[in-house]
Order: sequence, then C-alpha cells, then structure tokens
Amino acid sequence: MHPARKQRLILVSLVVVLSSTAIGLAAYALRDNINLFYPPAEVAAGKAPIDRTIRLGGMVVEGSIERSRDELDTTFWVTDYKASVAIRYSGILPDLFAEGEGIVAEGRLDEQGVLIATQVLAKHDENYMPPEVAAALEGNTPRSAAPYQP
Amino acid sequence: MIPEIGHLALIIAFVFAMGLAVIPMWGAVRGNSAALNLAPTLAMGLLVFVAIAFAMLAVSFLKDDFSVAVVAANSNSLLPAIFKFSALWGNHEGSLLLWVLILSGWMAAVSWFSHGLPSVMVARVLSVMGMIAVGFLAFSLLTSNPFERLLPNIPLDGNDLNPLLQDPGLIIHPPLLYMGYVGLSVPFAFAIAALLGGRLDASWARWSRPWTNVAWGFLSLGIMLGSWWAYYELGWGGWWFWDPVENASFMPWLMGTALVHSLAVTEKRGVFRAWTVLLAIFAFSLSLLGTFLVRSGVLTSVHAFASDPERGLFILIFLALVIGGSLLLYAVRAPTVASRINYTAVSRESLLMVNNLVFTVSTIIVLLGTLFPLVMDAFSLGKYSVGPPYFNAVFVPLMALVMPFMAIGPLSRWREDSAARWLHELLVPGAVVVVFALAVPLLFGGRFNVWIALAVLLSGWVAIGVLKDLWRRLGVGSGYGLRWQTLTPSFLGMATAHLGFAAVVMGAVVVTQLNEERDLLMEVGDVEFLGGYRFELTALSRQAGPNYMADQAVFEITQGDKPIATLIPEKRRYFASGQMMTEAAIDGSVWRDLYIALGEPVEEGAWAVRLQFKPMVRWLWLGGALIGFGALLTVADRRYRRQSTVKSAAIAEATGLAG
Repeated sequence: MHPARKQRLILVSLVVVLSSTAIGLAAYALRDNINLFYPPAEVAAGKAPIDRTIRLGGMVVEGSIERSRDELDTTFWVTDYKASVAIRYSGILPDLFAEGEGIVAEGRLDEQGVLIATQVLAKHDENYMPPEVAAALEGNTPRSAAPYQP
Repeated sequence: MIPEIGHLALIIAFVFAMGLAVIPMWGAVRGNSAALNLAPTLAMGLLVFVAIAFAMLAVSFLKDDFSVAVVAANSNSLLPAIFKFSALWGNHEGSLLLWVLILSGWMAAVSWFSHGLPSVMVARVLSVMGMIAVGFLAFSLLTSNPFERLLPNIPLDGNDLNPLLQDPGLIIHPPLLYMGYVGLSVPFAFAIAALLGGRLDASWARWSRPWTNVAWGFLSLGIMLGSWWAYYELGWGGWWFWDPVENASFMPWLMGTALVHSLAVTEKRGVFRAWTVLLAIFAFSLSLLGTFLVRSGVLTSVHAFASDPERGLFILIFLALVIGGSLLLYAVRAPTVASRINYTAVSRESLLMVNNLVFTVSTIIVLLGTLFPLVMDAFSLGKYSVGPPYFNAVFVPLMALVMPFMAIGPLSRWREDSAARWLHELLVPGAVVVVFALAVPLLFGGRFNVWIALAVLLSGWVAIGVLKDLWRRLGVGSGYGLRWQTLTPSFLGMATAHLGFAAVVMGAVVVTQLNEERDLLMEVGDVEFLGGYRFELTALSRQAGPNYMADQAVFEITQGDKPIATLIPEKRRYFASGQMMTEAAIDGSVWRDLYIALGEPVEEGAWAVRLQFKPMVRWLWLGGALIGFGALLTVADRRYRRQSTVKSAAIAEATGLAG
C-alpha cells in the first residue's frame, strides 16, 4: 500500500475506534445515570419505579417538616396540590429549604412509597422556582389559596 | 439623566458596530484601502461608547439609583460599595453589557497589537468581530436593556444582590471567565478572515496562536475561580458538580485545549490546517452555546438570572446564524486539496493528534450529557437529569488516556521519531515514577489505594516528562554549562501548564478518595474527631454585619496537644431579602483543608454542623492557576513580535491581498 494511504488508514481507524469506544461508553453510562423527574401525583399513583433513582419535586407542605431530636434525619412532604409524597433525608438541608418553597429531591422510593433522598435541591434565590416544579404545579391551584367558605 | 446617557451611548455603540461589520468588509472585497483602514478607528469608537454605557450603569449602581430597574432588582442601599459595583454583572442585563465591553476590549487589543499584519487581514478580523458585537448589542438593546427605568413608581430601596454573589470571588470570576469566553472570538475571527482571504497557512496560525493562548489562559483562570467560589461559598465543600452551567464554560475550554495544540502543529509544520480552522469555529460556537444555555433560562442554576423565552429565541437564532454561516463558509472555502501528509505515525504530530482526538471526544461527551435533558424536554419525552456519575464514567478514562502521551509529546520530534528513542529517553524516569506510584499511596493513611497509585503514576509521568525536557534543553552534564537561553517563554509556559494539569489530577483523585465528611448535631462543649483532628465547639454567638445578622459558632481545632486553628463558620440572614446564607470557615494548607459549615439550629443550643477533612484539595486550584498562567506566559515569546518586521512581505503575499 502507498505509505500516505496506509497512514491515512491508520489515522481513520484510530479515530473510528476511539470515538466509537467513547460513544459506546457514554451511551452505557447515560443509561444508568439519567434520572427522570416525577411530580408527586404520578408517584402517589404508583407510576414511578421503585428500583432506581428518580427526581421528585414540588412545594414543601406547610407544617410537614419533622426533625429527629438527636440525629439529622428530616421527614417532610412535598405536594403538587393534587397529591403529596413523603421524603426522608439525612443530612444538612440547603439554606433556602423551607415550608411552602419549591424543592427537587433525588433518591429512591422505598416500599412504603417514601422517597429516601440522597440530595435535596432548593432554588438559589428568592424569586426563582425550579422549572420542573413550575411545570408540575401548572394549572393546579393551592387549596390554601381557595376562598374561605364558612 | 445618567441612565439616558448610558442608553444613548449604547445606541451609538451599536451604530459603530454596524459600521464596523459592513464598511471594512466592503473595503476588503472592493480593494478600497480607505474603507479598510477605517476598521481600527471604528473599533476604538465602539470601545469608547460601550465603556461610557458601562460607566453610566456603574454610576447608577454606586449612586443607588433605584429608578433603574436593574439596580432596583439587584442592589440595595445597605450593600457595601464594592458589591454595588460587582452587582452590575450579577444580573442578566449587566452581565451582557460586560460581555460586550470585553468584546470591544479584545477588538481594540487586536487593532493595537497588529501593526505587523496586513491591513486587509486586520480589517477582516475586526469586521467579523464587529458582526458579533452587532448581534450582542442588538440583543442588549432589544430584549435586555440595562437602562430601563421604573417610572413613576420608584422603589424606596433595592431588592438586594443575591447573597451568594456578595463575595470577593464574584468580583473577579465573571470578568475573567468572560475574558476567556469572549477571547475565543479572536481565533474565530482570524479563522473566518483567513477563510475569506482564501489562504490558510502557517503565518495565519502564528497570528492567531498568541490570542488563542491568552483567551484560553483566562478561561482556565475563570473556571478555576468559579470552582473555588463554589467550594467555599455554596457551603458543602464540593468543587465540581457537572452542573450544566459549569459544563457551558468547560466545553469551550476543552475545545480550546484541542485548538491550542492543533495551532502548534499548524504553525510549526503547516499541517492540520482545515482541522484547526474547524476547531476555532467550534470553540467560539461553544462559547455562544454556553451563553445561550446560561442566559436563556433553560437551566436551573445560580447563573440563570431570568427565564424569558424571547431572549432564548434571540440567542438561538443568533447562534444558528453564526454557526451555520461559518460552517457554510468553511464548506465553501476550506482547502479542497488535502494537505500532503509529511509525517510518520511515530512523531510529535501524531501525539498532538491524540490530544486533539481525546479533547474533541471529551467535548462531545460533555455536550451530549448537557444537551440530553434539554432535547428530551423539548420533544416532551420527559424531564431527565444527567448526574455526575455519567460524566465521571466517561471523562475520567479519557483524561487518563491522554496523560501517557503528555509526557512524550514535549520530548518527541516533529515529522519522524522512533519509539526506541522515546524508550531511551523515558525508561529511567518511567521506572522512578512506577516506584513512586507504589510507595506514595502508603503515605496516605497506610492503606494502599489503587486510584491514588494510578494518579501518582500518571501525574508523575507527566511531571517527569516535563523535567526530562527541561534537563535536556539545559544540557545538564554536557560540559558546556547550562543553556538558559533555550528556556523560551513558549517552553516555560507549556511546562508550567502541563505541571498544572498534573497537579489538578493529583488533587482531584486524592480529595475524591480520601475526603472525610460528617454531618452531625453539636452543642457547646461537644467534641468530634475527623482526619486525626479534634474539633471542639466552644461557643455560639450572634453578630451583626453591614447588611445581615449572623449566627456564629466558634470551633477550636487541635491535633494532639498542638492548637491548629480557630474556625468561626456563620449562618447569615440578609435583611433586604430575608435570605439565609451559609458562610463556611476553612483552615487551608497545601496538604489539607479543614472545612466547617453550619446547617440549621435544630433545638435549643444545638446546631446541625458539617465537618470535612479534604486532603490536597488546594492542588486543584493551584494546578488550575498554573495552567492559566502558563498559557499567558507563552505570549511573551519573542517570535510573536519579530514577525512584524521580518515577515510582513511574505504575509502580504500569503493573505491574498492582491486577490
């Protein structure tokens, strides 16, 4: 074979082998590491898988935060005003985590339908709502905002 | 009045940008030298008026003019003056103005430092950059006017700057990062100008190379500072999150890394020409993509100031025009005759090609992970997020793959080399590194950690390659004395950057492997041990700051009987927004950081506390700084200045001034 052509062949095969290995690796890694977002209503309806990591987001229900006395375990409920799901988290919660605020939690569901969170994300500033949460809440009105009827 | 002057200046700047985009380009086509020579003047005018607009906005911030919407939304009368100034770019409109200011700064620099270049080249380069300025100024004026007033209902006080951004790191991180981001427009403009001129050759690469190195150096420093800021300000001690916004700045960096190396081959050997042009186009396109991702509000992040679909659409169209237009030009004008391959498989060219392949593939991997959720969402296929495990699984092996070649690269010869010679050069150093890799991990806590061994092996290999090169250049042992003159700024810069890279890898692996972290409840008098240190909570108190109230905890840290440090982490509540902020306390050293952050008060007198022991975490930023400074150092090389007198004749011919 002509040396220049041989060279080009080596070059092309190198490129093909390296990029297909990388893309294969990427596809494999992607399969295991993408987390689908579920609003509370879908989780409550049993539509979320229990054997893999998911993301769940909504508003933290007022009065639902329970802290353990001697450890850093916290249990709270999030809602999209259609259904609520309990989340348990062990560790320090973000600064802007509070009742009535939008949050996203990442973790796995246990058999009781409680999300055992490995991470809880809150917004970064006061005027900001995580887009997933905003979309999940769209069209649902908070019950507390409904006019009070005696 | 002041905001109106600023607005007017911005409009005049837009007119200058329009002129710059059209007149010199027309001059280049028609061979009209009067039109050509107008380019530097127009670029200066653009800089002056953008600077006036910027100064007017700065004055509005410093004078607490809350009738300006941006000031009212992002500043507060209690804010310290320095943060009032940096609040200018702590928001969408202001940061865009900073973007344009830096762009026009780069343009002025190009026109100042290009006396040796043929005027047609300068005109084309400035004109291409003028087109970019038109896009961004139009974006600013049409969708994100920083001078918009809130009349007649002027707020009494401002909303305050997000407390996360009230930090010295944020005063310099955005300008540095933008210097890099926007600086990549210079090699892009050179590439487009060369395509328009129709001749791509070594002299083009020589002009473009120092600019690329500087931009890439600033980008490295900007990313490094961002990581450092996240580490101490976000309060949980992480240093890289694979957050889409981090990726947005990291992708141009990865592509820029490939470009910096590819330019070396094109300058020295005249090959990889079309590829280098393509890399220059991609690197800047990724900068624009990053701007789109960050500014359009499609991402959830501390950087996403506003979500306004109109803005997103504008940048998306601009992005499509720039990328589409430049790729079309590339398709039409790129060298049709493939350059003859005049190097062998075992040569420096091939090693640099490995670098290019790895960094291009890495860019694609990061791009895939970053865009995947957006694409799925756009087609309503679900709301996904791609986590750090994905990026780590693919990115880490790729970096490990490139490191063995990094040591050989600087020692190798152009065109033709032999594996036997490489073996001869590196056998002894290689053996030393293997011994180190087996021994050093034992120093860390006694247990052999295979990942640390690998990191020592690869980083040590890279470092020893640099040292061997230094040794050889100096001619140690040759009997003729040391040849200091061989240590050119080019070489020193490269060596520094490579050592920096090795340091980053060491720091990243060691801190990931040996990090110790504990979240716990502590009361005054409680003691905890971590990483061989004793942490005692000795007091709790409350202290007022200029615009916040802080809860403080005092920790005494000792090791054996030796006092190490007193750390005072804070939990602040900012008055204006009522926002809570964690201010971590860190005792840092080269070998380890001790990191304490306060969580929340859980019951009477008890706080949730996060203690962390982070070995060698500083190597990350030290290494990042070395990479950045190394890149900046290369510009001092004399050959970039000599070109002006010696080669101008050849250059004039090369750019096709006649045609």
